[in-house]
Amino acid sequence: MEAAHTHDHAHGHDDHAHHPTGLMRWVTTTNHKDIGTLYLLFSLTMFFIGGLLAFGIRAELFQPGLQYWEPEFFNQLTTMHGLIMVFGAIMPAFVGFANWQIPMMIGAPDMAFARMNNWSFWLLPPAAILLVSSFFVPGGAPAAGWTIYAPLSTQMGPGMDLGIFALHIMGASSIMGSINIVTTILNMRAPGMTLMKMPLFVWTWLITAYLLIAVMPVLAGAITMVLTDRHFGTNFFNAAGGGDPVMFQHIFWFFGHPEVYIMILPAFGIVSQVIPAFARKPLFGYASMVYATSSIAILSFIVWAHHMFTTGMPAAGQLFFMFATMLIAVPTGVKVFNWIATMWKGSMTFETPMLFACGFLFVFSMGGFTGLVCAITPIDIQIQDTYYVVAHFHYVLVAGSLFAIFSGTYFWLPKWTGHMYSETLGKAHFWLSIVFFNITFFPMHFLGLAGMPRRIPDYAMQFTDFNMIASIGALGFGLAQLLFVAAIVKCARGGEKAPANPWEGADTLEWTLPSPAPYHSFVTPPVIK
Amino acid sequence: MLNQSARYFVPDPSHWPIFGSFALLSMASGAALWMNEAAWGKFLLLAGVCVLFFMMFGWFGTVARESEGGQYNQQVDAGFRWGMGWFIFSEVMFFAAFFGALFYMRVLSVPWLGDVEHKLLWPDFTGQWPTAGPGAAEKFTPMAAWGVPAINTLILLTSGVTVTIAHWGLLKNNRKQLIVGLALTVLLGMTFLYLQATEYHEAYADLNLKLTTGAYGATFFMLTGFHGFHVTVGTLMLIVILGRSIAGHFTAEHHFGFEGVAWYWHFVDVVWLLLFILVYWL
Repeated sequence: MEAAHTHDHAHGHDDHAHHPTGLMRWVTTTNHKDIGTLYLLFSLTMFFIGGLLAFGIRAELFQPGLQYWEPEFFNQLTTMHGLIMVFGAIMPAFVGFANWQIPMMIGAPDMAFARMNNWSFWLLPPAAILLVSSFFVPGGAPAAGWTIYAPLSTQMGPGMDLGIFALHIMGASSIMGSINIVTTILNMRAPGMTLMKMPLFVWTWLITAYLLIAVMPVLAGAITMVLTDRHFGTNFFNAAGGGDPVMFQHIFWFFGHPEVYIMILPAFGIVSQVIPAFARKPLFGYASMVYATSSIAILSFIVWAHHMFTTGMPAAGQLFFMFATMLIAVPTGVKVFNWIATMWKGSMTFETPMLFACGFLFVFSMGGFTGLVCAITPIDIQIQDTYYVVAHFHYVLVAGSLFAIFSGTYFWLPKWTGHMYSETLGKAHFWLSIVFFNITFFPMHFLGLAGMPRRIPDYAMQFTDFNMIASIGALGFGLAQLLFVAAIVKCARGGEKAPANPWEGADTLEWTLPSPAPYHSFVTPPVIK
Repeated sequence: MLNQSARYFVPDPSHWPIFGSFALLSMASGAALWMNEAAWGKFLLLAGVCVLFFMMFGWFGTVARESEGGQYNQQVDAGFRWGMGWFIFSEVMFFAAFFGALFYMRVLSVPWLGDVEHKLLWPDFTGQWPTAGPGAAEKFTPMAAWGVPAINTLILLTSGVTVTIAHWGLLKNNRKQLIVGLALTVLLGMTFLYLQATEYHEAYADLNLKLTTGAYGATFFMLTGFHGFHVTVGTLMLIVILGRSIAGHFTAEHHFGFEGVAWYWHFVDVVWLLLFILVYWL
C-alpha cells in the first residue's frame, strides 16, 4: 500500500511536475483533462471535415442537374458526411465532456482507468485516417449511406473495407471509453455522493455508457458479417445461401436506434445543468429526469424496426414498433416539461450557454414532433427515404446534440481555460447558428412531403426554390461555425479572468474548484452533505 | 464508493497506448490491403500483430508490477471488477449479434425462402434446417453433436472445475494446488483447441462443410470460430496467470488478475454451452 501514498503529496506540488512536456505530454497523458481536451479538439476537426462534405452536398443540390460531382461521388459525400459527423464529431465531443466533467462533478481525482482512457482517445486518429483515406483508394469512399446496408456494402470497393475497419476501431474506442465512464461513476464517487445526488449530466452519461457497451459490439458483429460476406464467401446477406439482406438492417438498427439516444442523452444532461444555472433554480423533477432517461434507454432496444417499415414486415410487427416508438414521446415529454418548469418563475438571464439551451429546447422539440410523425407507419411509408427524414434527424442531431455541445462548451469554457469567453462572439454564434440552421433544414420538410428522395444528386425542377434556400442556409451555418472557433481560440489565449464560479446558479462540484481547474482535481475527496 | 481515506491511484503518463494505436492502424490497413489482393498487406498485418503483442506485454507487465508493488488498493480492485464485468457484458453482446443472425436465418429467412411465394424461383427448396440455401449446388453433411463436440463440452466443463480448484488453492495459500489446477486448465484448453481444429479439418475434408456453405456454414464457422478465438485468448491469459503464480504473484486476499481470467474462462464456457445446444444439437 505504500506506493499509493505518493500521489497524496502531489496536492501541494506544482501541477505540471509529473508529466512530459510538448507533444509527448499529449501522447502519453493519463490525465482526464488532457484527454478531454484531445477528444474535444479531435471532434472539432472532424466537425469541419464533415462540414466540408456537407458543403459539397449542398453545392451540388443548389440547382437541378449535375453540376460538380458524378453521382457515385455524391453518394460518397452523403455517406462520409454521416459517418464522420456521427462517429467523428458528435460522439467524441460528448466523450470529451465526460472526461473533463465527470471526475470533477463526482469529486474524483481522475477516471478509473487512466491509461486505458489514453488509448480510447488515441484509437480515434488511426480510425479517422482509415476512414478519410478511403476517398483515395480505387472506387473511392464507402457510398452506401452511413447505414452501409447490404447488399450495397457487400459489393463496393476497398474503401468499404477501410470504412469497416475504421468502425471497428472506433467501436473499440467507444467500448473502452464507456467501461471507463461506468466504472468511474460507480466506483470513484466522493463520500456522500449517492447515486441520486449525482448531477444529471453524470446520470445521463452513466446510461449512455451502458447503451454503448450494449450496442457497439452488435455493430461490430454486423460489419464483421459484411466483411466476411465480401471476402470470405459467407452468405449472411445473400438469399441464395439462405441469408437475407434485410437481416443486416435488423442487426444494424438494433445498434442504430440506441445509437441515436447515445448521441442525445448526454445532450439532455448538459441542458439539465445549464438551464437550472441560468434560471437560478434547482432542476425541477430531478428524480423523474433520472427515471425518464432510464426509460428512454430501455425503450431504445425495442423500437429499431421503425427504421424499416417499408421492408415488408408483418402488420403485427409494424403496429408493435409504431406504438413502442410513440411511447418514447412520454419520457421525452417529461424531460421537456421539467426543463420548462425549471425556468418557470426563475430569475433568468440569457448568456450564450442559456441561449443555446433555449434554442435546443425549441428546435429539438420540433425534431421530436417530426419524429412522432415518422413513427406513424402509414405516414412513414410515404416519407421513407425522403428529405422529411433528413429534416427530422438534423433537427434532433444538429439542433439537439450539436446545440447542446455548444451550450456546454460556453458553459464550461471558463472552468477549462480560466478565462471568460467573449459574450459578443458567443451571442453572434448563437443567433447566426439558429437562424441559418432553420433556413437550411426547415425547407427540407416541404421537400420531403413533396416527395424529394434523399441521397440523390439531381432532382425535379419544382424542388429548386427550397433547395436553393437550404443551400444558402448551409453556407451561412457553416461560416457561422468559424465564430465558434474564434470564440474558443480567443478564450483559450486570454481574456477576462474567470472566477471559480462565474455562474450564480451553478452548484455542482466543479465550480468549487479554481478556474482553470488544477491538473489533478480532487486529490483528497470532497465531502458531500 | 470510496469509504476509506484519500487513497486514490492515478498512473503516471504511459507510452504503451500509442503503440497499440499504431498496431491497430497497421493491422487494419494491412488486412484491408491483403483482402484486396495486395500481397504485402499480410506483412503489414503481421507487423501490427507483433507490435500489439509487444504493447500488451509491456502494458500488462506494468500493471502486474504495480499490483505486486502494492499500489492497488481496495478501490482500484473494485474498479477492475466493474471493468472486467462490463467488458464481459460487451463480449456477450458481440456473440448476441451472431446468435441473432442464427435465429433470424433459421426461424425466419430460410423458412420464407421455402414457402409458396418462392416456388417459382426455387421449386425444389423446402426451407429445412440445416441448409446451404436454395442456390447451393453442392451437398454437405452437418456436424454431428454427439462426437467430438460432446467431448469438447466435457473438456470445457471440466476446465471450469479445475480453475475453481486452483482458486480454492489460492484462497488457502496452497500454491501447489493453485499451480496444478491452473496447469490442468491450460492443458484442457489446449486439448479443446486441438479437437476443434480436427473438427474443422473433418468438416472441410469429409463433410464438405465450409465457410461458404450457405446459412449453416456461415453461422457454424463464425460462431464456433469466434468462440475458438476467445478460447485461444483465454488460454493465453491462463498461461500468463500460471506464469505469475509460479513466480509467486497473488495473495489469498489480493488476486483479481487471477479472478478476472477465471471470469473470462467461465464466460467462454457458457458461450460454448449455448453453441453446443443451438448450433450442434438442436
